[in-house]
Amino acid sequence: MSSSINIKELARSKLKLLPGHRHCPGCAAPIIVKLVLATIDEPVVVVNATGCLQVATTIFPYTSWNVPWIHNAFENAAATASGVEAAFKALRKRGVVGDVGVNVIVFGGDGGTYDIGFQSLSGMVERGHNILYVLYDNEAYMNTGIQRSGGTPYGALTTTSPYGTVIPGKPQHKKPIADIMVAHRAAYVATATPAHWVDLINKVRRALSTIGPKFLHVLSPCPRGWRFDESMSIEICRLAVDTCYFPLWEYGGGVWRLTSRSLEIARNPALKKPVEEFVKVQERFRHAVSDDQRIIKELQAYVDAMWEDLLNRCAVRHS
Amino acid sequence: MRALLGSVKALNGAEAVAYAVKQSNVDVISAYPITPQTIIVERLSEFVANGEIHAEYVNVESEHSALSTCMGAAAAGARTFTATSSQGLALMWELLYVTSGLRLPVVMAVVNRALSAPINIHCDHSDSIGARDSGWIQFYVENSQEAYDTVIQAFKIAEHSDIQLPVMVNLDGFHISHTLENVNILPDQVVSDFVGFRKPANVRVEYLGREVPAVLDGVTPISLGIIALSDYYYEFKMMLVDAIDKVKSVIKEVHNDYLKVSWRGYGDGLIDPYGVDGADIVLVIMGSAAGTVKYVVKKLLESGLRVGVLRLRTFRPFPYEEVVKVLSGVKVIGVMDRATSPGAYGAPLFNELRSALYDLDSRPTVVNFIYGIGGRDLEPLTVKRICEKLLEFGRGVKPASYVEYVGVRR
Repeated sequence: MSSSINIKELARSKLKLLPGHRHCPGCAAPIIVKLVLATIDEPVVVVNATGCLQVATTIFPYTSWNVPWIHNAFENAAATASGVEAAFKALRKRGVVGDVGVNVIVFGGDGGTYDIGFQSLSGMVERGHNILYVLYDNEAYMNTGIQRSGGTPYGALTTTSPYGTVIPGKPQHKKPIADIMVAHRAAYVATATPAHWVDLINKVRRALSTIGPKFLHVLSPCPRGWRFDESMSIEICRLAVDTCYFPLWEYGGGVWRLTSRSLEIARNPALKKPVEEFVKVQERFRHAVSDDQRIIKELQAYVDAMWEDLLNRCAVRHS
Repeated sequence: MRALLGSVKALNGAEAVAYAVKQSNVDVISAYPITPQTIIVERLSEFVANGEIHAEYVNVESEHSALSTCMGAAAAGARTFTATSSQGLALMWELLYVTSGLRLPVVMAVVNRALSAPINIHCDHSDSIGARDSGWIQFYVENSQEAYDTVIQAFKIAEHSDIQLPVMVNLDGFHISHTLENVNILPDQVVSDFVGFRKPANVRVEYLGREVPAVLDGVTPISLGIIALSDYYYEFKMMLVDAIDKVKSVIKEVHNDYLKVSWRGYGDGLIDPYGVDGADIVLVIMGSAAGTVKYVVKKLLESGLRVGVLRLRTFRPFPYEEVVKVLSGVKVIGVMDRATSPGAYGAPLFNELRSALYDLDSRPTVVNFIYGIGGRDLEPLTVKRICEKLLEFGRGVKPASYVEYVGVRR
């Protein structure tokens, strides 16, 4: 359904997030933002929840944003975006702006999306605003120095889910945020990673061609928080998908589809790697690797169950 | 005599606010219901549902999102309105500071209601008085008519190119919001011409090398809501302080312009004195209870006593120069606060007023009377007794306490 993607053209497109920002080396967030925005034509308004992306890109008197951009607070990016969208509707009614639709894009981290911002996100989707909400999920509160969030995986070490003698890492699994957005009857929901960039761009395109609330859940590896070498961010995305820890899928028009590498794995289950492959390259799981495998087994069982569940949803619709 | 412009409608204060919003070319309304504010959003929903106004109404899931939505809309160039009370205002708290910090001219009606706990739906000013340091302009109105007039003026003040600040129009819960009055309504076109449509102010953007409208227009790359640390934050706050210092003259100007089209005014727009000139004692008050106080004072004046009332229409900016001017020479002043400040020496209006009078060569006796908490009725007899007390202080009796809580069981 999408036209082909030419990497050279993409590289030549207007840079909407400019260099000079203060993200850590190896951070996936700016890669995600550049890929998403390279796919989006103006007029566009970007709304940003408080977090790494916001503070690293707008240290006054500088800004990296080469598009209209607003940050309001931590938990209200979806509500702020709702207001932007409503304003353009009202201004169109009284002829101040033309009929060209504005693309309203939200970037929120896992804290601003799974946790503190969940209520305003739920309201935005329920009301049916025509907004693309992009979650860049680095799986903990990285901006405040690595604290656990609703997006932190089971067993992972953070500064508020430390490896204690009684409680070894985070005791709960990741909240299935994208499933929850499907349950909200969002117009389009998908998962993506910056490693699978063609898939990501296709999903942004499909999102933009859909009217209503859209939710894109993008995995955003964090070298500081996950404790891996900063050259590994893209490779870790591949491992997350290859192990089915983070499957690539999309939902729209009542249909679930696996995409890209995850579709290949579904067709050829031999490609599915054990979750340990993903876990062992990250120091946040070091105790899981050195311990008696209990944490890895629990994580594997969870990943397998979620993958089976996803296969069923996609298969039911495909057959 | 000039014929009355417009029409007279029987409206309660909440309906009067909604009617003013209806006539003021508002683009985006976002609110969440809370007693006693709810009538405002119900009426506005009806206007939108019937296509009587072009505004988008965003039915959000909390007051936090209501203000957030207005902020996003205002940042995109819309004229916006919200309304709340009590707990709703408390939930908006962090964003009150963001709204003024981002210089977004949002207009909000606060139907004053006591804060929990215990939960209470009736009037006091503890909700909005607590927000006094948030950088919002604050009006306190006396009746439904003034609520109507002030909401219309609020849009012009908020959006004035020198100001660009949010405005809170406070009206007393139930006393004003639910009390039916005859309200003079201006013709739609008169209000529309008076407030116009929102025209965002320009801002110079160094990296663009030019002035651009300070709005998210979809094309011009401006960043709103940046991070400024110890090297720049203070300058941003200073700009806010400087902006609110300019508000008093703008309020007077807008009030005067409105007077010309409506033939209605309230003092100079900032303070509304009654019988203050030559008075021995003056009661200072904000909100609907000023009506009760005026009723008592009128009777006392008729009996030959020199008693006055000074109603403050704005608490932010605090009209200290105007207050000092009209109160200099008055020997005894009673300050009526409808909010408590536990642990403080007296309530906020008392403190700010006393501080403003400190530099007078001859300082008056200033006594605080805290009243009406949680909707406790202020009876004319209580006001009369307060006046008698103040007259005694004027005769040289020293107050036993400078902070009194009236109408409370102990």
